[in-house]
Amino acid sequence: MSKSVDNLAKIKHSLTRRNRAEARFRWYGRIAIFIGLSAVAVLFVDIISKGHGAFQATYINLDVSYNQDIIGIDNLMDSTQLVAGDWQALSKTALRTKFPQVSGRSDKRELNNLLSSGAGFDLKDRLMAKPLLLNETESIWILADDDIDTYYKSWLDGDAYAARLSEKQIGWIDELHQQDLIRLQLNTNLFTRGDSREPEQAGILGAVMGSILTLVLTLLLSFPIGVSAAIYLEEFAPKNKWTDFIEVNINNLAAVPSIIFGLLGLAIFINFFHVPRSVPIVGGLVLTLMILPTIIITSRAAIKSVPPSIREAALGMGASKYQMVLHHVLPLALPGMLTGAIIGMAQALGETAPLLMIGMVAFIVDIPGSFTDPATVLPVQIFLWADSPERAFIEKTSAAIMVLLTFLIIMNTSAVWLRKRLERHW
Amino acid sequence: MQATNILILLLSLGAVAFYLGRSRSLAIAAPLGGIRKLHSLPSYYGMHTALWCGLPSLVLLGLWLMFDQPVINSVVISSLAADITPIDTASYNLLLNKIDNLAQGILPRKGQSDSLIAAADHMVSLKQISRWSLTALSLALSTTGLFWAWRKIGSEFRARPAVEKVIQNLLLACACLAIFTTLGIVLSVLFESIQFFRSVPIYDFVFGLDWSPQTAIREDQVGSSGSFGAVPLFVGTLLVSAVAMFIAVPIGLMSAIYLAEYASKNVRSVAKPALEVLAGIPTVVYGFFAALTVAPFLRDLGASVGLSISSESALAAGGVMGIMIIPFISSLADDVITAVPQSMRDGSLAMGATRSETVRRVVIPAALPGIVGGIMLAVSRAIGETMIVVMAAGMAAKLTANPLESVTTVTVQIVTLLTGDQEFDSPKTLAAFALGLMLFIVTLLLNIFALHIVKKYREQYE
Repeated sequence: MSKSVDNLAKIKHSLTRRNRAEARFRWYGRIAIFIGLSAVAVLFVDIISKGHGAFQATYINLDVSYNQDIIGIDNLMDSTQLVAGDWQALSKTALRTKFPQVSGRSDKRELNNLLSSGAGFDLKDRLMAKPLLLNETESIWILADDDIDTYYKSWLDGDAYAARLSEKQIGWIDELHQQDLIRLQLNTNLFTRGDSREPEQAGILGAVMGSILTLVLTLLLSFPIGVSAAIYLEEFAPKNKWTDFIEVNINNLAAVPSIIFGLLGLAIFINFFHVPRSVPIVGGLVLTLMILPTIIITSRAAIKSVPPSIREAALGMGASKYQMVLHHVLPLALPGMLTGAIIGMAQALGETAPLLMIGMVAFIVDIPGSFTDPATVLPVQIFLWADSPERAFIEKTSAAIMVLLTFLIIMNTSAVWLRKRLERHW
Repeated sequence: MQATNILILLLSLGAVAFYLGRSRSLAIAAPLGGIRKLHSLPSYYGMHTALWCGLPSLVLLGLWLMFDQPVINSVVISSLAADITPIDTASYNLLLNKIDNLAQGILPRKGQSDSLIAAADHMVSLKQISRWSLTALSLALSTTGLFWAWRKIGSEFRARPAVEKVIQNLLLACACLAIFTTLGIVLSVLFESIQFFRSVPIYDFVFGLDWSPQTAIREDQVGSSGSFGAVPLFVGTLLVSAVAMFIAVPIGLMSAIYLAEYASKNVRSVAKPALEVLAGIPTVVYGFFAALTVAPFLRDLGASVGLSISSESALAAGGVMGIMIIPFISSLADDVITAVPQSMRDGSLAMGATRSETVRRVVIPAALPGIVGGIMLAVSRAIGETMIVVMAAGMAAKLTANPLESVTTVTVQIVTLLTGDQEFDSPKTLAAFALGLMLFIVTLLLNIFALHIVKKYREQYE
């Protein structure tokens, strides 16, 4: 009798222990998911908090007089004069008139450093667009230097970063601020310009265009090839060693490190076939080879999901095997294939390492317009900016990351939407 | 004529051929009593004609564009006078570049030697000849093909099987591209590596303890000083990957178990995609995050407890890499855990085991091969990961197992060796290919083994 009570007590005792272990185990799971999710949150918050400022830039309001004597020209139609003209003098004179008390070489240089080094050329463009302004005076917002921009934004946030400014410059900014002559404005440069050594003039348009050109080529090559390969393997391939070998190859290529594809591109396309470096053609070719396995695998899954009854019905009506595939299987599998293509393109859009190998890492100011122009892509631009020493580039890098992530989110959500919307369940 | 123009011309010729073939088949069919008297549908006759018209010349165009530049180059170089004929590949490329720039008018002709200018003129004329002969040949080929196929059209001609045969071969060619890619990778990496191992013995490379490729610029040091010993890189790679796995495996595995066994449908439908967001973030973003947020944070944290952590520590790079790999492991583990038959769980629960005991004693052992396979795939990804380590790990090759120090990895060295401006056959660039070969072999073995395990396991329960 007492023995069974003993056992019961033992079981009861162990039960509480086991239940506690059970609860602990659940908590481990919850904690793991919490860590994963908080990593997502921290990453996004970090990037956004670093990068949101880059969508605005600091501008200073000055009265610019487009005096032809200051520039040193007398005819706006004469291109040699335009090249020789001292456009920087426009912005310098405007600053000098705003702060007439400044004298001395170093003080003047510090004063000039308030404005972006490209300010003169912006004024030139403005004058070329409106030639009537010649010899007139107008009050205009001019782009400030990146150090001023960094200081002004951090000062507005209450945590001024003044390491790269002199006391005098801070004083001038205070003065401008009190007169409401300095303000934050939408940073259009970020979206309308190519790369630059000056953070305030650097934009992502060149990189975005490079990405678009590269991706267009990648899509044009990889989608037809990938779908054809998938059709062959699913519908026509005989069951033999050769087919098995192809499948093993595809599965392995899907897991080969992307940098190896860069080595392939460098050795084969550039050194053997002498395709020029840094152009979207090489980038597109390398990325095509890289994402082909993804597209083939997803396309095969899509073809597999079409029920055999459809095939049998088509064959029974006298269709040839190709008519069956082209007229019936392919249209039904297309949504799944498109989803795979979008996922593959998202992978290609975010890829950096292989493109470093084939020279798409160059400093390129011009905006690429064709497949054979030297170009860089958005992730590589992020890499280049992240490597730059200027503090203002941190902000720019985060902003470029935000743009890249936005593109990726749009692509991935549309893939999910497409799958939900168009895929049929049999 | 430009290649794109030729392409457009060929495509429009193909369209014309389609129309011609189709209308001829219709014309033949009309007196016989309609298209039912034809063997195939009219569009197949059109397609057949178009394929014969377009395909041969498209192949010709592709091959020509691939090989005309190398052929022209070698012809130009071989026609040079003996005294300026280049001796090694570096000066060969330099000379070729110069001639090419002269030919394109990028380089001014003034001040160049007569033989160079003659070579440039030679190149210009060869290029012109090449383009014109390409145009003439491809046009001749397509018109011949068109005419031949057009002649063959008749009511008895089996156009559909003929077209389908061609399409099948095209499909097969697309599928074989995967093999050619693998072959291309193996050949390109192997070829350069063999060249590298001629100057640096393979033993010194694989087992050498000192990596300092910078000193190898001087000729007398190549291969003799043993400065291409890759062991520090292998150790660094393993260290970073180990840190990554240390973070990714427990978190990935536990979240997979929780999502598969415990979570309600609602939690699962939110948490799973949210975790998978991590998989969609580009690696360059992780690199930026590691270099600018995690590494300074760890350094400051270490400083506050009196620990010196390098600002390029293996911990920061590996930790962020681990976060990147979490969704990879969790989704693979999720797949294998849900593949374990419900009857096994039911049996265990019916015997009085708690759910965690069921998971630990029944589900995990049953799913273990698949999980191990998934982890191996993840290891192969960690080893091959590039951007995070390029941005957040160091450059200096140190032989250390301390994750708080800065280490360098195989992929970092490949990128640093190849993004410079050195000529292509210097030991420095070739060393990158040798490293690439190592990387390829290791990841390939891991992948083959892991895929084999995963596949075998899947079949077990299907």
